[in-house]
Order: sequence, then C-alpha cells, then structure tokens
Amino acid sequence: MDVFSDSYNLDVYVTGFLWILKLTASATVCAVVLGVLLAAMRVSPVPVLRGFGTAWVNIFRNTPLTLIIFFCYFGLYSTLGVTLSDDLELNNYWLGVLGLSIYTAAFVCEAIRSGINTVPAGQAEAARAIGMTFRQTLSLIVLPQAGRAVVAPLGSILIALCKNATIVGTIGLMESSNAMKELINSNGNAVFTIFFVFAGTFAVVLIPTGYGFGWLANRLAVKR
Amino acid sequence: MSDEALIVLENVNKWFGPLHVLNDVSLSVARGEVVVVIGPSGSGKSTLCRSINRLEPINSGTITFDGKPLPAEGKALARLRSEVGMVFQSFNLFAHKTILQNVMLGPIKVRKEKSVEVRERAMSLLDRVGIGNQAEKYPAQLSGGQQQRVAIARALAMQPKALLFDEPTSALDPEMVGEVLDVMTSLAREGMTMVVVTHEMGFARHAANRVVFMADGQLVEQAAPAEFFANPKSDRAKDFLSKILTH
Ligand SMILES: Nc1ncnc2c1ncn2[C@@H]1O[C@H](COP(=O)(O)OP(=O)(O)OP(=O)(O)O)[C@@H](O)[C@H]1O
Ligand SMILES: [Mg+2]
Repeated sequence: MDVFSDSYNLDVYVTGFLWILKLTASATVCAVVLGVLLAAMRVSPVPVLRGFGTAWVNIFRNTPLTLIIFFCYFGLYSTLGVTLSDDLELNNYWLGVLGLSIYTAAFVCEAIRSGINTVPAGQAEAARAIGMTFRQTLSLIVLPQAGRAVVAPLGSILIALCKNATIVGTIGLMESSNAMKELINSNGNAVFTIFFVFAGTFAVVLIPTGYGFGWLANRLAVKR
Repeated sequence: MSDEALIVLENVNKWFGPLHVLNDVSLSVARGEVVVVIGPSGSGKSTLCRSINRLEPINSGTITFDGKPLPAEGKALARLRSEVGMVFQSFNLFAHKTILQNVMLGPIKVRKEKSVEVRERAMSLLDRVGIGNQAEKYPAQLSGGQQQRVAIARALAMQPKALLFDEPTSALDPEMVGEVLDVMTSLAREGMTMVVVTHEMGFARHAANRVVFMADGQLVEQAAPAEFFANPKSDRAKDFLSKILTH
C-alpha cells in the first residue's frame, strides 16, 4: 500500500476517480433526458419522429463507444472546431460527456420503450378516450407505470456507463484508467496493489448502486 | 329524446389489411337516444364503437359528432374525445391511481378544472354508482363490477355528451352484471345518449330505443327492440337470435 501513501500518487488516484464520478453524473442526466425523449419519439404517432428515434438507436447502439468518443474529439473538436470549454481539460471532459450521452441514450431509450410495452394498451387507450394528449398520456399514465420495468435495466445501463467512462481517457482526460496507467508506469513493483485498489473502488461504488436500483424497482411495483 | 342527430356515420368503411371490418356503414344516433349494437363475434361492433371517438381511424366515409366532422388528430381530437365518454370491456382503470384520482384526473388535467370542485363532483358520482366508501382504494382492490362502475363514473366526470360502451359486462362474473346494468339503465332513463355494444338482451329490451344488428361489417337491420326481437327481418338476425335466445 506504499504507493498510495505518497501524496502525489494519492492525488492522481483521487482525481482520476472524481473524473469518473463527474463523467458518470453528467452523462447520466443527459442520457436519461435524451433517452426519455427518444423513447417518446419511438412510440409517438408521428412517423418522422419514430424514424428519427429508431435511427438513433440503431446507429449508436451498434457503434463502438471508442469510435464515438474519437469522433467527438477528432471529428467535432479537431476538425470542425467544436469547443465546449476554453479549458483544455474541461473541453475533453465535455466532449466525453457528449459521446457517453449519445451512446448511452440509445440504451436508455430501449429500456424505457420495453418498459412502456409492459403497460397494457388499455391504459393508454383509456387516457386517450378521456381526451388526454399524447404527452399527458405518456407522462401521467404510461411512464409512471413503466417505471418498475425500466428501473432494473436502467441500473445496469448506468453501471455500464460508469465503467465506460474510462474510455474518455483515450482522449487525454486523466480519469482513473489513465491515472492507473501513470501509477503503474512509475511503480512497476506494485502492479497488483494498484490494480486491486482501482478495481475495488469501482466495486465499492457500483455494487450498492446495483442493489439500490433493485430496491427501487420493488418500491415502484404497480398492483394489477 | 329529440330528433336532432348527435352522432352521424355516413358510408363508413374500415379495413384491417384485407379484412373489410366496416362495410359502408351509415348510422345516426339522436340526442338522448340509446342504441344497442348486437351481432356475432367479429362482425365489427367494437370497431364501430371505437371509430366514433376515433380510437380507430376509418378509411373512408364521414363521422360527425354534434354537427362537426371528427378532427383527424391533435388538440381538436383530444377535445372531441373529452366530450364522448367510453367504457371498455376490461375497465382500464388507471392502475397506479386511486379510485378518486381515476375519476378526477380527466376534469383536472384535460379540462383544467379546479380540484376542489372536481373532488365534490367525483365524490357524488362515486356515491351515485355506489362506490363512495372505496374512494381511496386502488383499482386492483375492487371487484370487476365495482371497477366497471368506477369506469362509468370516470366517463361521467367529464360531463360527456354521449357515452360509448363496448361490452361493459362481458368480463364480469354473472352476479356482478346486474349492478353495472342498473347504473346504465338509470343513465338511459335520464336521457344520456348511449351507444352500447352488448350481449345483454334484457338491457336491449327494456333500456334501448333502437337495436342495431351487425354482421360481417355491415349494418344488416335496425328496429325498435320489441319489433326486432319479435320480428327479425333478415335471415342473419333470425339465425343470431335463435342461437342466443335458446340459452
Ligand atoms: N387491430 C386489429 N388488427 C387487425 N384486425 C382486427 C383488429 N381489431 C379487430 N380486428 C378484426 O376485425 C374484425 C372485427 O373486429 P371487432 O372487434 O370490431 O368485432 P366485434 O364485433 O367487436 O367482435 P366481438 O364480439 O368478438 O368483440 C374481427 O375479425 C377482428 O379479428
Ligand atoms: Mg368487440
């Protein structure tokens, strides 16, 4: 454990994980908002919106995340000059959030859509029959009842998102996988210690997250 | 009952793929009139009923409600639907809402009425259908007959100009059919305009102004109940009646 008693090393480790947590938090918010919108499009009566939602899911769910992150960096930033922050590090961070969100939203959309499919069609029909608009039907009747079926897969998606956040290291952010590489490079004798500490930290954060979502899914159960 | 028509279908056609489910159907329902639709399974009764509030869009022909053609979509269609109550075979109460919330939701969210006033109206409607003391329960905690009476109260809460019923008692245990039919009969007496798809011939006899017989997507025959049951004209209707009345 000597590696982590060195204050510089400790700082590299902590900063790395903070980046992961920040990436996960921002991308979760964006991906869930975007995913709900995409799911709404996919079940909407407007063919153009349905097509857009379907295309998004098919494209981004089937493209490796590394490619998407590279595209954000080399395509959007280097080539097209899209800058999300004047600070170089923050710019990489936001490009990472963008890529993670675009990618994860496709999975969130499908989780929500399959949750919507668990709600009997009669529920939406009754809502429409009393004059609710598409938006009201979705937000007041269908989504609240889809909740339970959505929460469990959403938990898995967010856990995957947290681990996927390490890919942002490939465009230069000193997140935990880069931090780990740096520590290994300068402390070749402590490879296993470093490895277990990093892996352990992910586990400590993610295992309770998984249980938390399971608990939430039970809380949201709707009786029929 | 006045002679002024509230619901008018003219030469309505509807296909499900190659299946011609509504074949040139014309029907006019006057204000305050109670029309019972009967016919064999698959003859298009549900489709007819659902086309009136456009839960099922039609392929050709026209449907007018209260003098105006049915809007194709959007806010105008939602407004029309709020004026036409619908009661389903499977009740379709909102499973995540209490009985009272089920009844209050439409007036509050669709009509933007004040919650205090709606609550009062909702409670008196629930009392009327005999469920006032169960207002805080969830649909799953009620029997089928009770759920269907709540569904009727939910439709009435919108103060609709007409009510559509698609086999409202078919999913009920026999001992619960009566309690739902009683509510429907009293609505009919009070002059509510109703289109009722049902196999309850007793209800058709004593509550309907007119019986409409459908077969194979066509409106084969229509007459006052007494006349229809005593003297069916078409062979299809005779055949149908002989099958259901012998049991
Ligand atoms: N959404 C649909 N897609 C395809 N075919 C349908 C659909 N809905 C109904 N049909 C078909 O249309 C025909 C008429 O159906 P409809 O439900 O109107 O009959 P019905 O008279 O109400 O019968 P039942 O007494 O069994 O309720 C049936 O053959 C049915 O299988
Ligand atoms: Mg039917």
